[in-house]
Amino acid sequence: MTAGPAAGPQQTAGETTAQSPAVWAGNLKKRYRRRIAVDGVSFIVRRGEVVGLLGPNGAGKTTVIKMLLGLVRPDAGETMLLGRPAVDPRARARVGYLPELFRYQPWLTAQEVLTLHARLAGVPADRDVLEAVGLADRAGDRVGGFSKGMQQRLGLAVALAARPELVVLDEPTSALDPIGRADVRDLLLALRQRNVAVLLNSHLIGEVERVCDRVVILDRGKVAASGTLAELLGGRQLRLHLDGVGPEAAARLGAEAARDGEWWTIALPDDVPTLVSDLVSLGVRVSAVEPGRVSLEDRLLTILREAR
Amino acid sequence: MTTVFTVAALTLREAARRRVLRSLAVLTVLLLALSAWGFSRIDAEFGGLTSGESRLVAALVLNLVMFGLSLIAALGTAFLAGPTLAGETESGIALAVLARPVRRRSVLLGKWLGLVVFGSGFVAVAGSAQLMITWVTTGYWPPAPLTGLALLAAQAIALLTLGLLLSTAVSPMASGIVAVGLFGATWIAGVIGGFGGALGNDSIRRIGTVAHALLPTDGLWRGAMHAFQDPTLIAGFSEAFKGHPFLSATPLSGVYLVWSGVWVVIMLSMAVAAFQHKDL
Repeated sequence: MTAGPAAGPQQTAGETTAQSPAVWAGNLKKRYRRRIAVDGVSFIVRRGEVVGLLGPNGAGKTTVIKMLLGLVRPDAGETMLLGRPAVDPRARARVGYLPELFRYQPWLTAQEVLTLHARLAGVPADRDVLEAVGLADRAGDRVGGFSKGMQQRLGLAVALAARPELVVLDEPTSALDPIGRADVRDLLLALRQRNVAVLLNSHLIGEVERVCDRVVILDRGKVAASGTLAELLGGRQLRLHLDGVGPEAAARLGAEAARDGEWWTIALPDDVPTLVSDLVSLGVRVSAVEPGRVSLEDRLLTILREAR
Repeated sequence: MTTVFTVAALTLREAARRRVLRSLAVLTVLLLALSAWGFSRIDAEFGGLTSGESRLVAALVLNLVMFGLSLIAALGTAFLAGPTLAGETESGIALAVLARPVRRRSVLLGKWLGLVVFGSGFVAVAGSAQLMITWVTTGYWPPAPLTGLALLAAQAIALLTLGLLLSTAVSPMASGIVAVGLFGATWIAGVIGGFGGALGNDSIRRIGTVAHALLPTDGLWRGAMHAFQDPTLIAGFSEAFKGHPFLSATPLSGVYLVWSGVWVVIMLSMAVAAFQHKDL
């Protein structure tokens, strides 16, 4: 677990922008009147890395994202985007953003919205992005007539319109059906293949678990935990469905073995076949052997409970 | 500058595609049609008037109709200025735009420029149509039509700038209502000040002067009225001009014009400063 980013702006200043992290956030703080929304949040998103931002409602995730993008002014702390200080608008030249509250000019067509964003970013519009989000046949339709799901798809296209090196997605599947969610997952994996960094805020933990390299967990404005999935979820486990486990067999399973009825969970041993044959020779009926892993959801709940 | 022009073009496109343009067009056509009918009746009903009297009536009715047009321009731009900034902030449209590599002041100036072009364009087209209608129906042509139209446009610009400033702080509808309310209050204060002048009461006259300094819409409107009147009328009908809400005895001073320009710059700078510091 790491509480803050490894490199500060002083260290990144000497690097070229191509070498610097996609996001460097150091000790971000924000207070709304009496309520502290963000309290000393630090993290890094490296180039080509998909990082998930998790946490309960009101943890400060959206505020952190808005501070990165210059939409909310931090009370303290620094942010670098793609090697430039975030206070410089040019830092956002190669950044795509899908807000949680996604709305686009209803009087424009989908293609016009894309052209507008490409012009504001100072790049030619990428005409393929509407196809990538499944809106190619609605390019000439006014956004005002779009459903919420279609507007969110358009938002994804807008985020990808300026050939980004960093994409920030705030709840990108909140209005999408299961097919749309699968499309977004494929899109995220395609971005990672193209070495595009992604910062993903999502309530769908399964989604985060499938696509993210690292996770930052926020709780009450602070980083409760962060690290790779392997670091957060610990070593892999083995689940066995056993019948007739005597004291010897229990000793063979180890003192750390956890029992839930006839299901036993142990740390993944080096040699699973030997363990199974040992158990059989000790008179145990082995009905099932399967890999087990702590789900991110369970781990998240544990971390949040421990923090409170 | 690219951002300013891109956002200005977007604002104009918004104005053209939203219902506000159609509403403005319908209102304007109604007003112009009504004025054409009214002007044609002046000649028919008041055939016994002297040429000076009929010029006075034509100038007075022209000012009345121009006031209607300026009201439409002011209402239209003030109610466009609110939604275009506060509305986009509230709805979330601004989030995606301001996350681009753009400066907030460029976005705000772009919106202002788009609204200025829209308001001035409306005044130019509708005002010119009105002047032509007056000329065709009564033969009256004002002495300084371009100055008059420019001052009407300046009035719309002053009000839309105020609307933009208000929309950085309050909701879209509230900013439109407050801007139009202040516009009306200043006009009434100007009329009261005019009565004060006619009655020789300095303290009442000062109400108008103060109102004209705080919000230059009515001051600019009075300058526009003066530009639409035949100058010989003031000498012939000086009594009629005293305290009249639709006749203006004096032109605008250069100092007042400069102040109006400074006022717009101050309001715009305040809007930029407020928008720059706003958390979205």
